[in-house]
Amino acid sequence: MVNLSVELGDLKLKNPVLTASGTFGYGEEYADFVDLNRLGGFIVKGTTLEPREGNDYPRMAETPSGMLNAVGLQNKGVDYFIEHIYPRIRRYDSEIIVNVSGKCIKDYVAVCEKLSELDKINAVEINISCPNVKQGGMAYGTTCDGAAEVTSAVRKAWARHMIVKLSPNVTSIADIARAVEDAGADSVSLINTLLGMAVDVERRRPYLSTVTGGLSGAAVRPIAVRMVWQVAKAVSIPVIGLGGIMNGRDALEFIMAGARAIEVGTANFIDPSVTMKIIDEITEYCERQGVKDINELTGII
Amino acid sequence: MLDMTVTGNTALGSSYGLLKLVPTDGSKLPPIKAGQFVQVEVADSKTTYLRRPISVNFVDDKSNSLWLLVRKAGDGTRNLTAAVVGQVINVILPLGRGFGTDVKATDRLLLVGGGVGVAPLLYLGHVLRQAGCEPEFLLGARSANDLLMLDEFERIGRVYCSTEDGTAGEKGLITGNSAFDGHYDRIYCCGPMPMMKAVAAVAKEKKTDCEVSLENRMACGLGACLCCVEKKADGHNVCVCTDGPVFNTKELPW
Repeated sequence: MVNLSVELGDLKLKNPVLTASGTFGYGEEYADFVDLNRLGGFIVKGTTLEPREGNDYPRMAETPSGMLNAVGLQNKGVDYFIEHIYPRIRRYDSEIIVNVSGKCIKDYVAVCEKLSELDKINAVEINISCPNVKQGGMAYGTTCDGAAEVTSAVRKAWARHMIVKLSPNVTSIADIARAVEDAGADSVSLINTLLGMAVDVERRRPYLSTVTGGLSGAAVRPIAVRMVWQVAKAVSIPVIGLGGIMNGRDALEFIMAGARAIEVGTANFIDPSVTMKIIDEITEYCERQGVKDINELTGII
Repeated sequence: MLDMTVTGNTALGSSYGLLKLVPTDGSKLPPIKAGQFVQVEVADSKTTYLRRPISVNFVDDKSNSLWLLVRKAGDGTRNLTAAVVGQVINVILPLGRGFGTDVKATDRLLLVGGGVGVAPLLYLGHVLRQAGCEPEFLLGARSANDLLMLDEFERIGRVYCSTEDGTAGEKGLITGNSAFDGHYDRIYCCGPMPMMKAVAAVAKEKKTDCEVSLENRMACGLGACLCCVEKKADGHNVCVCTDGPVFNTKELPW
């Protein structure tokens, strides 16, 4: 029997497999394909203080081994989440982590204060790295000062586990990670999408209504693994790795590079049951390699 | 999610393919509503990463097979139309909200399709026929060669045609077809966006109930990624994959 349980500081997960925000709805959308209770946890759609309609269509473009998106944090707001969605999903025996976004620091704090009332939410993931919104989002995540400012403000309002999700669109992601660690983050997750662009040459127009968007999928994985490795060496808080994980082997790459847990994102779109396969494949790998505890593999590189 | 084996692949002209698929494990197809769609995996492709949403063209109960009419729009659909008999393709089905088939046997129903948009109307016609109606089809295309599956449609109901070059049926745009002179209780429509909007405008003028099947760029097909949004009449974005693809035009700001 392989031990797959991991600890992100005070946050205990039954296994290291989480789902990435914005790729898994509120979990329910995948209930026909996945036993949600088997997941280490699921990170729900980016939640803001006020409802947001998101960006105009078209919001997506397929690219080699990946996709660009420009959804722009469409969601019905934190009050709707608390009133309508949370009561339905709280019954699942997995960690439910809320991804929090805001256009100003006050918004992040207000959302977290509201979420504090929910007993089942043991962690938030602070999104300072969304490339698809005009205000807030990535603007905070691309400087050490901005990242630290959001982190320390949320820290005062949120006593439970705080993950800060980092942007790869920076010169030194390790510097940003150190800044949020110093400001009180309990863990960091990385990478959010890479800022990208694609042009429809027949129509002589960008594919996305916003011109640029966030690149995700297998194409970004080597960059993500490199950044996880750099960050894991730079900070002492746990690191959660994500970026183009399609199978168990990919997940193990991140774990060996230093990730305590991983998030599966775009792969959910292609195979909605992929997270179950990833848990099975990690287990099989450990059995085959004689690894008794997944934590033995963390950061061995 | 279902592995399905290709039992037939027929080229329709140079731009379309008709795939017939049966569940590989021999299981019975789940109930599928007219207007629903499937998400088809394009495996082992250098260029195609995501699944392709394809509308259900027909469900043949006798052979337990699913028909997909595929237009070669890009690399992904080109790859699908090159499938060989015996090949296994992974399919998620059925997805989305289909056409309303709450009809009376006496209702006069016009099913309007343009280009590859005729695809879901074949199964819809079949379902309406089974409900006791006599559906009529109005099919449009650029030229006679682009009118797809005409024989199949004629087996189900009366067919009117419009072609832009006049090589079959009436010459001109579909909205100019004399079929629209008649009275209908409901119009169903699937085709290019400008055509659907034009048909919806005709229906609105005649105060005829109208349902349209929208198509746009999707990633997941499950309502999770929020990429395939359409603005509804109330100003809110909804997912075409789960709130549609079929909408009553009253729901849309058309």
